[in-house]
Amino acid sequence: MIETDFARTDLWFMLRGAGMTLTLTFWAVLGGTTMGLVFGVLRAAAPWWINAPLGAVLDVFRSIPLLIQFILANSFKSIIGLDMSAFMVACVVLSLYTAAYCTEIVRAGVLAVPSTTRRAARSLGMSWSQDLRYIVYPIALRVSLPSWVGLALGVMKDTALVLWIGIVELLRASQVIVTRIQEPLLVLMLCGLIYFLMSYPISRLGAYLESRWRDHD
Amino acid sequence: MNYTFHWHQAFQALPDMLRGALITVEIAVLSMVIGIACGVALALARNAGFAPARAFATAWIETARNTPALFQIYMIYFGLGSFGIFVDSFPALLVGIAFNNAGYLAESFRGGLRAIPATQMRAARSLGMSAPLAFRLIVLPQLLRTMFHPMTNQMVWAILMTSLGVVVGLNTDLTGVTQELNVRTFRTFEFFVLAAAIYYLITKTVTLSARVLAARLFRY
Repeated sequence: MIETDFARTDLWFMLRGAGMTLTLTFWAVLGGTTMGLVFGVLRAAAPWWINAPLGAVLDVFRSIPLLIQFILANSFKSIIGLDMSAFMVACVVLSLYTAAYCTEIVRAGVLAVPSTTRRAARSLGMSWSQDLRYIVYPIALRVSLPSWVGLALGVMKDTALVLWIGIVELLRASQVIVTRIQEPLLVLMLCGLIYFLMSYPISRLGAYLESRWRDHD
Repeated sequence: MNYTFHWHQAFQALPDMLRGALITVEIAVLSMVIGIACGVALALARNAGFAPARAFATAWIETARNTPALFQIYMIYFGLGSFGIFVDSFPALLVGIAFNNAGYLAESFRGGLRAIPATQMRAARSLGMSAPLAFRLIVLPQLLRTMFHPMTNQMVWAILMTSLGVVVGLNTDLTGVTQELNVRTFRTFEFFVLAAAIYYLITKTVTLSARVLAARLFRY
């Protein structure tokens, strides 16, 4: 039998870390998708003088390392004297980061709907919101959902970076245990396994949706 | 708000940070070169007839795609210690990013390979080309064409991922240098805003020059 100092409480500690990872992912994806939907539809429809600045601002979130976004947000919060927990900062930054990517996904989906289809809907007497709900939404969803699943998975993996601003999520929890029992390989393998179990089923679902919807086109 | 910004301090450190930026670009480029080479090999291995090669490629790709990049770097930096291999933070970061790049690129390459009709390979072989020659002259140029856009994206990702080096104690790349300055002066916001601006410029340069290059390379 292999001897190890890895205790049952350590596993519990890591699972709680995994819970934090999932909680952060949930809020980030919820906030990011909500904003992404609004911005995405806006970017697909708005005139250039709204579109260009909005695109440029969102592009900043995709061009700067997430780690630096966390550091900046955290120190900016202290500068303006905002009373916010590290968890809140992490949620806000991750939401904006997710929104930046989600906007492009939604925009691509909306633009994938042929303009003739939309004009047909409008000339049948549908209002703009009816057109969005009954025509654009179902078609755009098929284009966007696989990328959206990929985005959600990416965000889950990116939440690991919040360890820098002092939140104990799965990776940080593993590191704490490694420091104590000095068995990096075992603990990290376990950590990787947990990440894999959280990510792999969803990534298969995304691949399945993509192939299924492509075949039925 | 009773905070006075000290921007001149940050600007004084600009030369140091630009030297760091050079290291950042260096790591990103090297990791991309290794990543592309390994990615092509993995894509071929995944379609190979030899089962162990297929299993190895699948394990690599799924690990790279389903765990955080930081985890992969940790695995090399801390995990390899169990085998008595102690790596510095620079190679750990480089190998970690290259591993990640290879995993993501392999999947794109596989899609790209599927887009090239098998009849072309057969035609090349029946014209007397050897398999490696046919791959190099017929398949690879077409592959690079379809892969140009995914590779540009991956390059941007690689640049952003280099910032993770600071977590394993690297202090020569842009984030590492900035963090070092930050610890010394506690002007966190000023220094990191400047670092963010440099990262922005680097990624924009990459995407814009890729667009110009694509327009020139793929005119036909």
